Amino acid sequence: MSTPDSAGQHPGHVVAESAVPDGVIPETTLLGAATNPLRDPRDRRIPRVASPCVLVMFGVTGDLARKKLLPAIYDLANRGLLPPGFSLVGFARRDWEHEDFAQVTYQAVKQHARTPFRDTVWQQVSEGIRFVSGEFGDDEAFDRLAACVNQVNAERGAGGNYAFYLSIPPKSFPDVVRQLKRSGLSDPPGTGTSRPWRRVVIEKPFGHDLASAQELNSILDAVFPAHSVFRIDHYLGKETVQNILALRFANTLFEPIWNRSYVDHVQITMTEDIGIGGRAGYYDGIGAARDVIQNHLLQLLALTAMEEPLSFSADSLRAEKEKVLAAVRLPDDLATGTARGQYTAGWQGGIEVPGFLEEDGIAPDSRTETYAAIRLGVDSRRWAGVPFFLRTGKRLPRRMTEIALIFQRAPHLPFTTTDTEELGQNALVIRVQPDEGVTVRFGSKVPGSAMEVRDVNMDFAYGESFTESSPEAYERLLLDVLIGDPPLFPRQEEVELSWRILDPIEEFWAAHTKPEPYVAGTSGPPSADAMMAGRAWRRL
Amino acid sequence: MTIDLTETTTGAIHDALTQARHSMGGPALGMVLTLIIVTDESAQYDAIRAASQASREHPCRVLGVIMRNPSGRSRLDAEIRLGETGPGETVLLRMHGPLGEHADSVIVPLILPDTPVVTWWPGPAPEIPSADPLGALAQRRVTDAAASGKPRQMLTALASGYRPGDTDLSWTRATPWRSLLAATLDQPYATLQRGVVSAEQHNPSADLITTWLSGRLGIPVLREVSGGPGITEVRFVTADGDITLSRPDGRTATMARPGQGERRVSLLRRDTAELLTEELRRLDPDDVYAEALGRFAKNPVNEEAAV
Repeated sequence: MSTPDSAGQHPGHVVAESAVPDGVIPETTLLGAATNPLRDPRDRRIPRVASPCVLVMFGVTGDLARKKLLPAIYDLANRGLLPPGFSLVGFARRDWEHEDFAQVTYQAVKQHARTPFRDTVWQQVSEGIRFVSGEFGDDEAFDRLAACVNQVNAERGAGGNYAFYLSIPPKSFPDVVRQLKRSGLSDPPGTGTSRPWRRVVIEKPFGHDLASAQELNSILDAVFPAHSVFRIDHYLGKETVQNILALRFANTLFEPIWNRSYVDHVQITMTEDIGIGGRAGYYDGIGAARDVIQNHLLQLLALTAMEEPLSFSADSLRAEKEKVLAAVRLPDDLATGTARGQYTAGWQGGIEVPGFLEEDGIAPDSRTETYAAIRLGVDSRRWAGVPFFLRTGKRLPRRMTEIALIFQRAPHLPFTTTDTEELGQNALVIRVQPDEGVTVRFGSKVPGSAMEVRDVNMDFAYGESFTESSPEAYERLLLDVLIGDPPLFPRQEEVELSWRILDPIEEFWAAHTKPEPYVAGTSGPPSADAMMAGRAWRRL
Repeated sequence: MTIDLTETTTGAIHDALTQARHSMGGPALGMVLTLIIVTDESAQYDAIRAASQASREHPCRVLGVIMRNPSGRSRLDAEIRLGETGPGETVLLRMHGPLGEHADSVIVPLILPDTPVVTWWPGPAPEIPSADPLGALAQRRVTDAAASGKPRQMLTALASGYRPGDTDLSWTRATPWRSLLAATLDQPYATLQRGVVSAEQHNPSADLITTWLSGRLGIPVLREVSGGPGITEVRFVTADGDITLSRPDGRTATMARPGQGERRVSLLRRDTAELLTEELRRLDPDDVYAEALGRFAKNPVNEEAAV
């Protein structure tokens, strides 16, 4: 496979197989990538390309499919990351032909794709598009789906690999999963390592409490092995979130201060300026905590607080995240350690907006919260005594997600108090969105004859530092599913641990409190400020 | 804004840049890299345009070095362009007389601190890029054998003068082909017997793909001449039949393999700005290029001959 001269030049990198240390490639990785002589880890120009496969998508008529998933497929193709045999099969109730679905995809791509539209790329994508019409309960429709998938697989050389994207409400999971089993789609033919793969992709919510999460998992588990279930938390696909790991574990600068000796507290925030929009049906009864804290914010907490993983393999990463989530401690008094609110009518960004209770589809006596904040501790040597404040809400002043480490004040300041009046606490802020980047805040002398110290910022912005624009989170995650690279997908254990953290809070809220009103466009209810007890939330 | 400085010095250029930045309300921060372009008057327009396209989203300082009449008096003229094509800045430096021999003395003070330096020769390039004073400043040296008039001679010269950090746009042009070829072998295939790369006669990209394939696969790979445009086909002969990737029109490729239908896939020829973007993406040495280039120098590709 290799030749004497290349062997002489690069001992240890003689052929592709030997260049990959044992165990680095997870078992789910496509076999071909490890044995393909044209692939070489040193050859970084050749991108990670998905293995040939058929992506079967349920719920293609939904908003997510139209705005994110279908455009992401085109963007991947445009970047040359989809293999020639890639095919997309849509399944929905609509009475569509293949061409109709292709047309819908075309519109979605035209409107929402990130990369420029090119006819040749579209032609490549559209040749692999198929559509099957039917109901989830209809055996005959799934038989047609199976026939269609198998046929397009044979025609286009998709290698027999199928991924199922369930972009549908969880209540339909049992039907669809049962049908996949019944129609034989979920069972790959053959045995051993040459067996084609099957993967199933699901979106949040992963249940609404521990029991329902376990139930959901048992439905999937009955048909798909744990390693082939990919739970999409689109936040984990964002470059900035992945950069938390690089920032912490590739540098020497931050790790020494990343602990209770220097950190005063941590704030993890995700806010939205919009209301619930058309999601009333889903949102009422779920609320901000289940919608955002359980998945996004606790994942961000885990990445921020976890210890260094042994490696960046999926197993090592998840092991560390699980340890942190298991070490999370709730406040002793849930009444003062948490806050919840509900927006009332007001002005948001110059527009008069209705209150939550006046939104279409919301019961006038709804006790669902649109703002949630909680204080958590992490029982470990690194974090003992350091509070982690998590907050999320709708109809707040602006849309923003960030992780802020607020450091302790210097133990002694050799200045007079007036000199340092404007000096706050040092902070390191990871801006997840918008303006992805990292800010470090520290004190600096104000120019002039007097010694006066004021806070300044040092900024790293993604847009300014790389000659490459960041891909959409869904692009990255879809590609990872098709490649079979699992580190960015939470495992069932993490989901369950998160519910164990949130369930007692939800129970307490249901039994004892009513959401406190806050005016739309303001930064949340007064109880959220009260729970900071001497500290303050960062300004939104 | 454009600022013309004739018979100037590096210090004056530096001051003008700082002042212009100041009047536009932003300091010269947040620039990704310094790109030195060594070119002549006739090619500078296209090269600078490609560079500003490649750096549209991500500002860099472009220093265009144009050598003028080498005899006569030494003189430095500068043309500063700011805020025209994006957030970056471009300085065209015209060097007259013996100054051309000491271009690095002009460039060094204008290089941004703490960020990488890339030198690009869009046209003829020195045979040992790292030995050139402007090449020695850079951690990435980009040549283009296809623009050198005698591509194969140039590749051979580049191979003998290779230092880590050298790279050539003819190799960059090969990336989409290499990527698709790698994808064809992700699927199970019968034992490969030999390969054939068809392209127009003067095509260093095809030559490098040929040696890359023969090196990686350990099979003979032929280089055939076709009418173009560019590379038109790569074919693997296997025990079960041929695996082919053909692109007769320079736009869409067709992939065919035994027992499967034909599949079309977009395979556009890319413009210089796109090539440059790929080059600027990673600044570490390209070992795989070094291998393909080294193999080429040892066994120069001849049409119709096995490598």
